[in-house]
Amino acid sequence: MTKTLLILGGGTAGTMAANRLAQELDLNEWRIVVVDQERTHYYQPGFLFLPFDLYKKQDVVKPRRDFFLPGVEFVLSEIDVIEPDRNRVRIRADGGRYISYDFLIIATGTSPRPEETPGMKDGGLWYRDIFDFYTLEGALRLTRRLRTWEGGRLVLNIVEMPIKCPVAPLEFIFLADWYLRENGLREKTEIVYVTPLPGAFTKPRASSVLGHMLEERGIQLVTDYYIERVDPQRKVIVSYDEREEPFDLLVTIPLNKGSDVIARSGMGDELNYVPTDKYTLRSQQFENVFVLGDATNVPTSKAGSVAHFMVDAFVPNFLRYIEGQELLPTFDGHANCYIETGFGRGLLIDFNYDVEPLPGKFPLPGLGPFSLLQESVVNHWGKMLFRTLYWHVLMKGRRLPMPAQMMMAGKWA
Amino acid sequence: MPVRTIGSLQVEVDGEGYLVNPQDWTPEIAKAFAQEEGIALTDRHWEVINFVRKFYEENGQSPTIRQITVGAGIPTKDLFKLFPGGPAKKVARIAGVPKPAGCI
Repeated sequence: MTKTLLILGGGTAGTMAANRLAQELDLNEWRIVVVDQERTHYYQPGFLFLPFDLYKKQDVVKPRRDFFLPGVEFVLSEIDVIEPDRNRVRIRADGGRYISYDFLIIATGTSPRPEETPGMKDGGLWYRDIFDFYTLEGALRLTRRLRTWEGGRLVLNIVEMPIKCPVAPLEFIFLADWYLRENGLREKTEIVYVTPLPGAFTKPRASSVLGHMLEERGIQLVTDYYIERVDPQRKVIVSYDEREEPFDLLVTIPLNKGSDVIARSGMGDELNYVPTDKYTLRSQQFENVFVLGDATNVPTSKAGSVAHFMVDAFVPNFLRYIEGQELLPTFDGHANCYIETGFGRGLLIDFNYDVEPLPGKFPLPGLGPFSLLQESVVNHWGKMLFRTLYWHVLMKGRRLPMPAQMMMAGKWA
Repeated sequence: MPVRTIGSLQVEVDGEGYLVNPQDWTPEIAKAFAQEEGIALTDRHWEVINFVRKFYEENGQSPTIRQITVGAGIPTKDLFKLFPGGPAKKVARIAGVPKPAGCI
């Protein structure tokens, strides 16, 4: 009898998992189904580059259907509800039908929710003086706004952690500093980085390096700041402890929440993330449900690189599991992020649950070594090259020549 | 790790003054740490402290601001008034649990 592996979400994690398993499972015995509500696959790391004219729209969008290998069935539909007690999912297409599964992978991601902060989306300034850049529309509208920028107070605010790609706000601010200098507007622009974290970043060594880089560039840092609301009349943001930051242009990283289908199915925590075993990536509640990518509540970054390492750790484990063997605790929280710093340079951080980002060298056969926690031109090209690797290697179910687990080799501890 | 004396107790603390071993915690330690933060503990503070300790016991990690407000049913604004500056960090220290990881 055929078994069904159902994958909810055809983004970075879901697509990689589907294509890797399509090569590993016997497709005479297995049916692999992916459900996603959107036709388009976005290269989300590229959104950051749009406002600074470094990428164009066509660099970051492709039809989702093109990425699935033969043997993967793609269903374009919204997901209504997951019924894990009955091993089935109701989708909204075709008048609302059920798909039953033997194993389920939840890869429904996370998304920005500007409507959760009073005055942000409903105050009349949305996409006039307030923008996000984690959506294609937000990034493109911000591109147009920056073209007419004549100076003033540019405030970047992170509403609440955790957020998707936690280094992108810093990259945005570094790129803005560079872009405004190139365009002769930096002296007319005050740049302010307003974060709920106690420093530029959370992990101590990286926070200190990055905090220093903000200082060098004359970027103000406001910490421990929890925004309560936007006052659109006065163009200020107000924190819960009544601190105000005026803005001419507000770039917001809104509250991030997991998919509403997780809430509708009663499977999430207070931010709709699914309680997940941090080493095996299996649901804490259901033995035949796994969670990959941003949809989990595991304490590591929500980022494409993490999704990639999760899939690398998960695939061999899943193959063992369906043969009746125990799951191994193979996922270590590994994350690997290029941080674009402007002027054609970047830095790279590599860390996991236990080891914070450290300086040193990161070996990668054929491409590296890259400098860790230090700016270099090679790191910038690593980031630029990554788009090609993403579309043509990772999303096609091929592997990069690197292990899923973090290595200490090259790091100065 | 430095050792501190609070009343008749000797406890280990880390570089930022957080208890190294959450099981060393006593209400006296909470009062002493709160005083250092300039906070006089009321019943409302204790509700939050007790919630944070329970959360840590059940989850093995310290709660975020949202986990406190949702879990203890306290408005965010009130939480900031009770523990000014950084409520999650401050209440964690007073409750004797690790500094919240603020995962990245």
